[in-house]
Amino acid sequence: MNARAVAAVPVVVIGLLIIIVALFPVYWMMAASVKTDNQIFAIPPVWVFQPTFEHYRHVLADLGMASALLHSLGVGLATTALAIVLGVPAGYAIGRFRFKWRRDVWFWFISNYMMIPVILIIPYFLIARTLHLINSPVMLVLAYQTFAVPLVVWLTADQFSSVPKALDEAAMIDGAGEATIFFRIMVPLAVPGIAVAAILSMIFSWNELLYAMILTPSDETRTAPVTALSFLGGYAIPWGDLMAAGSLIVLPVIVFAVLVSRYLVRGLTLGAVK
Amino acid sequence: MLAEQRTVQAALTVPAVNPNRRRALTPWFFLLPGIVVLLAVGIYPVIYALWASFHKVDLAMLAAGTPFNGGQNYILAFFNSLFTGAVERSLVFLAISMPLELGIGVLLALYLHGTLFPKLLGVVRVILVIPMAMTPVVVGLIGTLVFNNQFGLVNYIIGVAGVPPVDWLGNSLMAFVATLALQIWQWTPFVTLILVASLSTVPPEIEEATVLETDSWLKRLQYVQLPYLLPGITAALIFQTAWIVKLFDMVYTLTGGGPGVSTELVSIYIERNAFRAFDIGTAAAQSVILLILTIMLSNLYIRYFYREAEA
Repeated sequence: MNARAVAAVPVVVIGLLIIIVALFPVYWMMAASVKTDNQIFAIPPVWVFQPTFEHYRHVLADLGMASALLHSLGVGLATTALAIVLGVPAGYAIGRFRFKWRRDVWFWFISNYMMIPVILIIPYFLIARTLHLINSPVMLVLAYQTFAVPLVVWLTADQFSSVPKALDEAAMIDGAGEATIFFRIMVPLAVPGIAVAAILSMIFSWNELLYAMILTPSDETRTAPVTALSFLGGYAIPWGDLMAAGSLIVLPVIVFAVLVSRYLVRGLTLGAVK
Repeated sequence: MLAEQRTVQAALTVPAVNPNRRRALTPWFFLLPGIVVLLAVGIYPVIYALWASFHKVDLAMLAAGTPFNGGQNYILAFFNSLFTGAVERSLVFLAISMPLELGIGVLLALYLHGTLFPKLLGVVRVILVIPMAMTPVVVGLIGTLVFNNQFGLVNYIIGVAGVPPVDWLGNSLMAFVATLALQIWQWTPFVTLILVASLSTVPPEIEEATVLETDSWLKRLQYVQLPYLLPGITAALIFQTAWIVKLFDMVYTLTGGGPGVSTELVSIYIERNAFRAFDIGTAAAQSVILLILTIMLSNLYIRYFYREAEA
């Protein structure tokens, strides 16, 4: 073995160690989700076993996880769609126009992202109660705009400002109106930014618990995290079911997070960290 | 007279293409929907919370009305040892988790930055994204599994090392430690990735020169890399502080704030005060106090990071 290869050994070992520490807890949950309850309780832990998908069948079919996942998906899609409708034009205005208060408007959009949820949840709850919107996804989707709109504005403002100026000037000379320029020329160019913003806003709304637990608490309307949490409340904790529910919630998040991994740190900090 | 002049002028202007007019009003047309909705869901609730913080709002007795009660809620908030205890607990949580995350983060970032294989670096960077993207509720669920006092993996591992089993989630101190451990597991990757990005801003020619100058990585870190790391460290500090103020989902799932109040961080306490003790007025006052803290924080944050940023 040459010196270079020997020097490489600790580097690879440390690298593998980092990967194991980062992933092992997730693996352990997923392993528990396909074990029988006896295997979960076994000491020493069982490493090799015949996987069973009974817990998945049980949580999806009997414990309401299927509809909870659908609620989460619906809330996430509605949140993202509304945030795009509201945020893309705002990002366009900030990214392409020079106007008074431009920076202040931009800061204001971004600053909503820093808001502490526990401050907003009290008024949200009182408003939802008055309007009889408890257990309606409408209130939840609106609440999620506080983080989804800033995400879309920030990502698309960035994207729009990089489109060459000559493009819309040329379109104007050709007689295109504001709407045509925006919908036909600008939006298609901003699709990459919109896609990243959409995935991030899906992940963040999918992951959220506090608003969902207060605004949509009933068995029929609650989202997946609230449902999984409810399994902990029983007399005896159904460990296998709980871990199956956790795995179902987190699998799509992992897939999409890996997809936009380059943007996740920037998304979490709204671009403060490049 | 003036109005007449304007009308005449407007009539004389060709409306089709007027760049000046376009610049002045069009952006507001595009901004309006977003501004209106964020005013409704971001600003109006805060005003509502301010109103509630000066009134007696008891969820269990709403029929009795919500009378103005001066600053009583604020006085109650400040002299409530559960609230001040929760604030202190959050500060202790921050004071322990932050140095650990930064310490491990710097070491990991140096390792990733200096690694011989770009391919391995790429894989590790993608993998590190997974903990921080994970649903906090699920992180809490994993905690209940691995820290279980009967069949948890953590007790098994320390048992192999000869340490007697610990009742992690049943003991005040240990529950706090378990909560910290999960937080550090989830957010050290975030700190690491920020610092990896900071390290990549060190100009390569300076870096090469330092490698020739000294073999000590500690000296390189101290004199060359640290100045480039500082903005990243500041960013990590500010965001982690803001997130610990917000921290709710994971802790709520893992311990619910217990046993007793041993893991009741500030957001957990306010939620309990509002929705389990039904004392909306005082909870609102406490959340307004937190809001003032956040505004100070985000001002700091904006001043640091967006000073030169242009959208």
